[in-house]
Amino acid sequence: MSYIHVNNVVKEFGNGSGKVSAVSGINLSVEQEAFISVMGESGAGKSTFLSMIGGLLRPTQGEILIGDIDIYGLKRDKLADFRREFMGFIFQSFQLVPYLNVLENVQLPLAVTHHSEKEKKSLALSALERVNLGDKARRLPNQLSGGEQERVAIARAVVNEPPILFADEPTGNLDSKNSDDIMNLLKALNAEGQTIIMVTHSMANAEFGDRIIEIRDGKVEEN
Amino acid sequence: MKLHNIAINNLRRRKTKALFLLMGLMIGVTSVVALLTATRVMKEDIVHKMEEFGANIIITPRSEGISLNYGGLSLGGISFDLREIAETDLAKIRTIKNADNIRTVSPKIFGAFENRDRKALVVGVNFASELSLKPWWKLSGAAPKTDEEILAGQEAAERFGLKPGSPITIKDKEFRISGILNLTGSQDDSLFFMKLPMAQEIFNKTGKVAMAEVAAHCGNCPITEIVRQISERIPAAKVTAVQQVVEGRMGTLAGLQKLSLGISAIVLLVGAMVVFVTMMASVNERTREIGIFSAIGFRRSHIMRIILLEALIVSFTAGVIGYLAGIGGTHFFLPFFIGKIAGFTPDPIVAAGSLLLSVLIGLAASFYPAMTASKMDPSEALRTL
Repeated sequence: MSYIHVNNVVKEFGNGSGKVSAVSGINLSVEQEAFISVMGESGAGKSTFLSMIGGLLRPTQGEILIGDIDIYGLKRDKLADFRREFMGFIFQSFQLVPYLNVLENVQLPLAVTHHSEKEKKSLALSALERVNLGDKARRLPNQLSGGEQERVAIARAVVNEPPILFADEPTGNLDSKNSDDIMNLLKALNAEGQTIIMVTHSMANAEFGDRIIEIRDGKVEEN
Repeated sequence: MKLHNIAINNLRRRKTKALFLLMGLMIGVTSVVALLTATRVMKEDIVHKMEEFGANIIITPRSEGISLNYGGLSLGGISFDLREIAETDLAKIRTIKNADNIRTVSPKIFGAFENRDRKALVVGVNFASELSLKPWWKLSGAAPKTDEEILAGQEAAERFGLKPGSPITIKDKEFRISGILNLTGSQDDSLFFMKLPMAQEIFNKTGKVAMAEVAAHCGNCPITEIVRQISERIPAAKVTAVQQVVEGRMGTLAGLQKLSLGISAIVLLVGAMVVFVTMMASVNERTREIGIFSAIGFRRSHIMRIILLEALIVSFTAGVIGYLAGIGGTHFFLPFFIGKIAGFTPDPIVAAGSLLLSVLIGLAASFYPAMTASKMDPSEALRTL
């Protein structure tokens, strides 16, 4: 049974004669615990698509259902709550908060939850252990290598165990060794039951997924 | 990990920006505290000097007479009906609404006497009140302790050839000089002073007083209001304020105080602008970071709270340091401008007010930047998704 439904989603930027269509009518269904790789050339609309499916960018038209919830039918704050509870994000350039140490960065999604401070710390440490960074909890992001920073970003994305993980070029800034480590980590998370939707340029990485879709000129060309 | 950890860590890491923000507000608070404290201290100083100066209210019997004097030169007077004040009426002064402002009431009775063909005036006073009213009095000898002792002004003592311990007869009664009043440059130099009940007795004015001098604190009350209240309580008396000069100085000071408030408002406005510009720049600089917060599920209110919490921490600190700097600066520099000051006590209202003002300005100036941050579109902010 499908978990995520993308129904005729359109995204246009600008207005009047300057209107640009980034995504023009995408339909897609994603099963629970699937690992979807999204490929496409630069400017094809894959990041826009990922933003929309991740509840970060409201489509001009169409609907996105997760479970049976129309996520853009939610008000802004409720959508933020939904993202916190159901989604984890791994960004291309890590996007760690520079003035927080590794442990604090991983705890960020828990900062506005009702967990006790002890629980928050324990969850964050266990997420760090999962990415083999338990010993670097007190370091600042700029004291870590690129691969380590990406793993911190993954730990942050999974700390509250969201059912869906969105990854945008998670290995874009890494060498091949680190890249393989990260992909194996994502594969392991998927095996543990997390649904993963990943944007990538690399066919080698895309093949870690169990389904590959390609976006071309704002449309799903290959499914 | 709570929202305040994010705010505190950001301030710790961006020390220069936090310091700039703090300085902007702190200079404003320091200026306001210094200006307000300086004017308050100057006002207190004037009040204190006025109190040292002596009485500021004179109570005399109401008369239908016309006083004829010009420039201190008495031309006599025409009196139609002279009443005296009952000594018991003076007690009513302590029951007026502003009774707490009354420091001293000094009743007096006058009587002329002749001794060895020389005439002089004796004043019956309450020595405790009189000495409190005239702290500049310096005595050779002591103030009268018994009814048979009297105090002589220096000129009077010289005229009668008296010194402490000398006897003198007044109205057929023997007195002894307990002390001589050193020169004051006033009419007191040519007078004799004795205890009020004795003077009332020998001049047959028991229970009556000719006038009373009153010293009232008037730092925070109009002296005219006290005069009005006393007049209401003692209708038989004419109550006059003798401090036009002081009120004039107070008026000037009130003007100065208004000017201080005006300058303070401008300085605080500049401080608020500094906070606004710095916070706005900080929000723009932290676009990505705010995008992350939003993407991982922070509500708009959470993001606003982080920004406003930073403003609160900085503005509270600026308030505390600004207040201390303002107070310290005034305490140190004011004596260079106005000389020795009478007293210097920090005002808790200024302390609380400066903290509150600093926090309010910090929060108000950060509100729009916080709103802007909270409204940021996460995908726009991140630009990587």
